[in-house]
Amino acid sequence: MKFLCVGCDEPMTLAQAPDPPSQGSLSAIFRCARCGQRVALLTNPWETQLVCSLGVAIGGPKPTRKPLALVRATLAEAGLLWTEEAEQRLAHVPEPVRPMARAAIERYARGQGYGEVDCAVMDEAKARMHG
Amino acid sequence: MKSYREIAGDGGSDVLGQVAERSARLRARMAPVATTLAVMSGKGGVGKSVVSANLAAALATRARRVGVLDADLNGPCLARMLGVEGRRLKLGDDGIVPAEGPLGVKVVSMDLLLPESGSALAWRAPAAQNQFAWRGMLEATALAEFAGDTAWGELDFLLIDLPPGAERFADLHDLLPACDKALVVTTPSGLAIASVRRSVILARKLDARLLGAVENMAGLFAADGPAQALGVPLLGSIPFDPRIAQCADRGLPFVSAHPDAPAARAFAALADEIERRCTAEAAR
Repeated sequence: MKFLCVGCDEPMTLAQAPDPPSQGSLSAIFRCARCGQRVALLTNPWETQLVCSLGVAIGGPKPTRKPLALVRATLAEAGLLWTEEAEQRLAHVPEPVRPMARAAIERYARGQGYGEVDCAVMDEAKARMHG
Repeated sequence: MKSYREIAGDGGSDVLGQVAERSARLRARMAPVATTLAVMSGKGGVGKSVVSANLAAALATRARRVGVLDADLNGPCLARMLGVEGRRLKLGDDGIVPAEGPLGVKVVSMDLLLPESGSALAWRAPAAQNQFAWRGMLEATALAEFAGDTAWGELDFLLIDLPPGAERFADLHDLLPACDKALVVTTPSGLAIASVRRSVILARKLDARLLGAVENMAGLFAADGPAQALGVPLLGSIPFDPRIAQCADRGLPFVSAHPDAPAARAFAALADEIERRCTAEAAR
């Protein structure tokens, strides 16, 4: 999709990148570099979904890509991913209580809005439990 | 007034560039994989996943490095069949670390990402209604992520177990051009052969190499010669054995559990035939 300023016959460029979709809609502002004319692109939920399903970012700097970023962000219910180091550390917890420890750490991580568990998250969770 | 093609770029998002970047990442990830082979069928219930699991195990028994990508996002079952159910995918320095099953087979499946084994796949989406309009695209992107974000490492074979449907191989081929080889699984039933034939016709239209057909549950139905009916070489014929399903339920490759059974020997012969054909292809 491209925007053209009809008066200037000049392509418009992105002036304000969209925030994460709100109520199923994305809004982005484009501007004509010659005359300064601005237009807003407002998507309906299906257009928003199309962009989300392609796994592409609209406007602005591209976020640092993480493995399975789209899948994890889009699954209604996804298990948290643990780093190898975190799994190795968890393996030191005695087996009978390991599932409980895993669940407690995951509960903490979800509460903090983390998408994955690494050693730093484990330290935070441990400090919270003992704090 | 300028036309679409006269305007360079898309105003700053570079959507096409992002898609191209993803394709490049996928290509780079597949570079150390010697052979990528899709296991497909136009018909559900013919035993694609059983064939994938046991073919992977049979190849691994020959000391081949094998990975399996369960492309059936909605009905994943390879994690269970390959004995890694309940394990989780891990995050490594180079991407997702596959679960490693018996014989060192590397497994990536949606089942290993869902909170519990057997959870249904549900997407969180701005457009929750009319999912038919976007679900296919989302699942294709998800599959590209599974393939491209996994640290497969050096593999001799990556088997991609496709969900049923004649069009599935075409979708995969668009997404992952490196996957240029496929085999079709069928049973000797006339109904299955008729459905699988559609897959064969579609695959032939692509620039892909259809190695041939695997006849699963041979001897269970009256019809003979499914490969002949499909017009492709017969790669192997796996006799019906109820223990295959029992092993799949227990997460034990049948070829390891009952190596001397006729069906296990048939899987072993299938692995040999696949390897022979892939080697011959590579030498061309």
